[in-house]
Amino acid sequence: MLLADKQATLGPITRSPGYWTTVWRRFRRDPVAMFALLVILAIIVVAILAPYIAPQDPYKGMSLRRLKPPGTPGFILGTDELGRDMLSRLIYGARLSLFMGVTPVIFALVIGSVIGIVAGYVGGWLNTVLMRTIDVFFAFPSVLLAIALSGALGAGITNGLVSLTVVFVPPIARVAESVTTSVRTRDFVEAARASGASALTIIRVQVLGNVLGPIFVYAMSLIAVSMILASGLSFLGLGVKPPEPEWGLMLNTLRTAIYTQPLLCALPGLMIFVTSISFNLLTDGLRSAMDIKA
Amino acid sequence: MTAPLLEVDTLVKHFPIASGLLGRSGGVVRAVDGISFKLAAGETLGIVGESGCGKSTTARLLMHLITPSSGTVRFEGKTVGTRELPYKEFLRQVQMVFQDSYASLNPRLTVEESIAFAPTVHGVSRSEAISRARSLLDRVGLEPQRFAGRYPHELSGGQRQRINIARALALQPRILILDEAVSALDKSVEAQVLNLLLDLKDEFGLTYIFISHDLEVVRFIASRVLVMYLGKVAEVGPTEDLYTASRHPYTTALLGSLLSMDPDKRTDKAPLAGDPPNPISPPPGCRFHTRCVFAEGVCKSVAPGLAGVSATHEAACHMVIPGSGHSKAEGRAA
Ligand SMILES: Nc1ncnc2c1ncn2[C@@H]1O[C@H](COP(=O)(O)OP(=O)(O)OP(=O)(O)O)[C@@H](O)[C@H]1O
Ligand code: SF4
Ligand SMILES: [Mg+2]
Repeated sequence: MLLADKQATLGPITRSPGYWTTVWRRFRRDPVAMFALLVILAIIVVAILAPYIAPQDPYKGMSLRRLKPPGTPGFILGTDELGRDMLSRLIYGARLSLFMGVTPVIFALVIGSVIGIVAGYVGGWLNTVLMRTIDVFFAFPSVLLAIALSGALGAGITNGLVSLTVVFVPPIARVAESVTTSVRTRDFVEAARASGASALTIIRVQVLGNVLGPIFVYAMSLIAVSMILASGLSFLGLGVKPPEPEWGLMLNTLRTAIYTQPLLCALPGLMIFVTSISFNLLTDGLRSAMDIKA
Repeated sequence: MTAPLLEVDTLVKHFPIASGLLGRSGGVVRAVDGISFKLAAGETLGIVGESGCGKSTTARLLMHLITPSSGTVRFEGKTVGTRELPYKEFLRQVQMVFQDSYASLNPRLTVEESIAFAPTVHGVSRSEAISRARSLLDRVGLEPQRFAGRYPHELSGGQRQRINIARALALQPRILILDEAVSALDKSVEAQVLNLLLDLKDEFGLTYIFISHDLEVVRFIASRVLVMYLGKVAEVGPTEDLYTASRHPYTTALLGSLLSMDPDKRTDKAPLAGDPPNPISPPPGCRFHTRCVFAEGVCKSVAPGLAGVSATHEAACHMVIPGSGHSKAEGRAA
């Protein structure tokens, strides 16, 4: 045969570390980003293990012990306006708040990537149609769009998720489109096309590996925004409904006590702040770790 | 003469000029404007011409990376892109090596993955494709143990271009199109890669289309040369005929500018002055008349077709067309 396999007999193949291995190595050397990662992992673990670590039932209140300040025996972080344990509610709140912050971004990542990659790879009129439609949504400020959609759909977790997803699809699609467009014209994609491969195969093997990284990092930077928007919707009574523990909603229901128990009221806000800033620092670290000049 | 391996018939590519938001201005870039040539099995056809004359566009048309405005390509007598020979089947037979060795390799794939991609597209199993990739690495002078698992950015330009050659050979094609494939390399590396190409040609029985602006390299490697000017064929013929007895003033001027770089060989042949005209509105008549020292009235109005100088040598100039009306042409046509 023409290319009869003259198999390697001289020893094993030397393998270079892959791109993501290198990125992880660089990321590990960034103390701020590593710290942010640990904070986020800790919050995730707390959210998962909530039933085991929460000291009290987060739903059970008692009018006798309303608005106790942090440090009250048995209620380390105090109690809320219905006398429910703050610590337990904050712990359980991590579940819904993380869920409401991360899920829309994941949905939007999937939908936006598909739209953006298809538009970027196919180009032409399909690109024009898809991206102009996206631009219409993009024209609205994200806060307004989220509020308007939630208001139209009505309060509730599902509707909140839907409206936040709609808010995040356009920016992700745009980023996906622009990175894909820049990859599509590179010679290696031309070479792949010259091998007779179908568009789907080329996108899967040649394009995705080059575009998913930047799209993913961008989407991650939206998690902080999403958490704040989700909390904002709950705060406005458009997202999670009482009595569910959720940081934004807790901020809302505690606001009447802002003058009597300011520290107590600040706790959910602090959690939102810490979580979103951690996501931001994590994103920054990942972005610079991925910026490999080679 | 046996049927040619590849036959290109009046291939045309006009790029529309986009203007404004959605509108088209109606104008076109006549990148390739009706070129025809034949390629015999086993030969190396050099394609030369100034920057922008349509060499890469021709290559991209042959690889079906862009759709031609008109024209046909036949491979072994079968029309490409029809039921006789679908593009995917044709592309097994014709592969291409690009100029930029780095841009033409996917930075996220290892060397062996890049080479193995095309065979898997054509139904070869992954393990078979990988072992084919490794044996090809060996063939292009790169130890598989050292190179198969590396990434493009870890390699030199010469090594990367060897990998691109291996990748192009992975489908076991009959024809290899090399578009400025060695132009970006250092002179010494360039010579090594050229020698590798000569070896591979013998070993695999390949036919080359070698596109380059380097006339010395083309003289070294090509058995026949095709000179392009503004999207058209100016002259085509056996390498030595063209280099020693060119009949088109453009070829002569190109070769003149080559020789004039060496002071000992400086000739009194017409140098090539100025830039080629814009391919959006090429000059009427002979496209070269704006720069040709032999231009006469007929050249400005009538476009010369390719005329035979000998059985194998053709030029598109009124001076070689008998009875064309040019004062240097032989008398009247019969
Ligand atoms: N996609 C495109 N859209 C519009 N015009 C194009 C496109 N590709 C090429 N052209 C134009 O077509 C003409 C021929 O280009 P081509 O790349 O084929 O030239 P070339 O002979 O390969 O030049 P070089 O030696 O610089 O590589 C040029 O005028 C170029 O600007
Ligand atoms: S046809 Fe006329 S202008 Fe064209 S190359 Fe010949 S002599 Fe020159
Ligand atoms: Mg070119």
